[in-house]
Amino acid sequence: MPQASENERKIKILIAKPGLDGHDVGAKVVVRGLMEAGFEVIYTGLRKTPEEIAQRAKDEGVDVIGLSILSGSHTPFCVRLRQLWDEYDLGTKMWIVGGNVPAADHDALKDIGVDAVFNTGTHLDVIADYIRENVSKWPRN
Amino acid sequence: MASQLKRKPVPLQQPIPAGMKPVVNESGIEIKPLYTADDIKDSTIAGEQPGAFPFTRGIHAEMYRKRWYTLRQYTGFSNAKATNERFQYLIKTGNTGLNVAFDLPSQCGIDSDDPRADGEVGRVGMAVDSLRDFEIAFDNIDLDKITVSLTINGSAAIMIAMYLAMAKKKGFDVAGLRGTAQNDILKEFVGRGTWIFPVEPSVKLIGDTIEYCAEHAPKYSPVSVCGYHIRESGCDPIEEMAYAICIAKAYIDETVKRGVDVNEFVGRLSFNFDIFGSIFEQVAKFRAGRRLWAKVLAEDYGVTDPKLMGLRMIAGGGGFGLTIEQPENNIIRGTMYALIASLSGCQTTALCCYDEAYTIPTPKAQQIALRTNQLLMEEGGLADTVDPLAGSYYIESLTDTMEAEMRKTVATVDQMGGIKKLIAEGTLQDHVSQQAYEYERKLESGEFRKVGVNCYQTDEDKDAQKDVEMHKNSPDDLQMQIDSVAQVKAERDDAEVQRTLTQLRADAVADVNLMPTIMDAVTAYATVGEITNVLADVYGFYQEPIRFEAAE
Repeated sequence: MPQASENERKIKILIAKPGLDGHDVGAKVVVRGLMEAGFEVIYTGLRKTPEEIAQRAKDEGVDVIGLSILSGSHTPFCVRLRQLWDEYDLGTKMWIVGGNVPAADHDALKDIGVDAVFNTGTHLDVIADYIRENVSKWPRN
Repeated sequence: MASQLKRKPVPLQQPIPAGMKPVVNESGIEIKPLYTADDIKDSTIAGEQPGAFPFTRGIHAEMYRKRWYTLRQYTGFSNAKATNERFQYLIKTGNTGLNVAFDLPSQCGIDSDDPRADGEVGRVGMAVDSLRDFEIAFDNIDLDKITVSLTINGSAAIMIAMYLAMAKKKGFDVAGLRGTAQNDILKEFVGRGTWIFPVEPSVKLIGDTIEYCAEHAPKYSPVSVCGYHIRESGCDPIEEMAYAICIAKAYIDETVKRGVDVNEFVGRLSFNFDIFGSIFEQVAKFRAGRRLWAKVLAEDYGVTDPKLMGLRMIAGGGGFGLTIEQPENNIIRGTMYALIASLSGCQTTALCCYDEAYTIPTPKAQQIALRTNQLLMEEGGLADTVDPLAGSYYIESLTDTMEAEMRKTVATVDQMGGIKKLIAEGTLQDHVSQQAYEYERKLESGEFRKVGVNCYQTDEDKDAQKDVEMHKNSPDDLQMQIDSVAQVKAERDDAEVQRTLTQLRADAVADVNLMPTIMDAVTAYATVGEITNVLADVYGFYQEPIRFEAAE
């Protein structure tokens, strides 16, 4: 996996656990994987509201917001986060979702504004490569 | 430092023949190509009997010859009425125990009409707001015949109170009531995540339930200590057993320090372990863990009555072992896990269903899981004799090595200040998540083999979108739940609710056992959320330590 060079500003990623879902094994594995791949990663911990996640993303000035959701509540949660985009100035950030998301819901999430969905079992390098290859196209128009 | 928890590998004393590939199990123990009588010359097994200290061979003399293990499937969804219907179905198909799944708001102490519950009500289990929901869920179920296990932790004191209050209202004798609550909060901070209050008051509440049940419901098992979820979160089989023993010790210490005699409650502590991975390593894990637990009770707590020293367990397999890829393979994995459970002398099993990696199980999948166990017993001869692997050179050698390794791990935790401290500061969580990360890397590299995932894949598997299904809740069910809370609140005696909640606050401040007042509050139909909020006012909420120590 390519490493970020020393003088390059590290890409900053927020990994967040929304809602009441307590499955955090995957989120923590992704945090470690992305750290090792040379990103700066902030992990929110469990049970965050959309407002808390939006605020943290804004305060930390992250480039990427990653949500880890395994409870099935991905769609309502993403709708609620999307409603906060303007208020928290998040519209320019890359937005990815990981976890258990049925294929039938992927398009719906993309319509809401999610850039990519990574289901359980996705290799860490695939996520890291996606971020590195696409984040340069950000901020989006 | 999380790295201090890292276990050292256990190499072989004699090198294996040149050219032969070494085999190391998940616990880091290198396996010989051949075990002989020499490997068990120091074993104590020849002098051990099942049903007698140290219980390596099982906690009962006759084990499954007398009675099979309890078959218990994890169930619960939407609301109490829908859950009751599924319970009735499961009993009809031969389940002798029920294992109740609660939705996340109920697990986190949040009522269904709270905005924080939005989108979560009834999604992963039954919604419970008040005693009314328990009354409906257990309608027409004979609690003297069917043992009920409540998979509940953060809000367990409230749910245990509701279960006991419901049984009392329905005319069952609470003093004779059997059943189990999971009620293991320490493991929730490591895996599963349904904590509410900080570590100290959380453990105090566990002590309250143990003390209360010892006095009022002595047949009820108020705590099921879970190695299961820590294992699912990334730890190895040695650590699964060792950490569970450390957690059990923390609950014993909490209860004993109040002046309660250890002999009055220790026999009602039970355990919950995970099954996936190597068959022999798993069987040895259970046999070694049983032996160590009995010794810990004798050495650390001076327990002498053998009836109190048997490690009673539900052994379930094994969410982490199942795969979305080639899901039918999970039926075969389930058979392996049930075989392990049978060979290990467990008291109860709850086998994961083959579709559980991607959805809430269908009735068909639940039936297959149940039949797997029944088939092993009826056709496979698994119930014919006690501890059938005893005396095997490999099993006994591995049992001894694993016991020694578990003992070392318990000692390390104690030397570092005890499990409560390691969890409060986040050290244990950091260590376990590092292990999960290393496992994921091995899975991705193919070093750790997983059929259908990194080997024996078909082209179809590689191309196919790995799909998952989510249980669709009926909006009517959700509205029914919210209406039901409103109705309960309209019908109850508000003055009595206020009186009990005020008393509860006073009790929490005075640091006395809260169970009697929680019983009063639930009987007055105070809601889970109302009771939790009173306690949170006094205790505050847990603040999760976020630690990602770099690997060495």
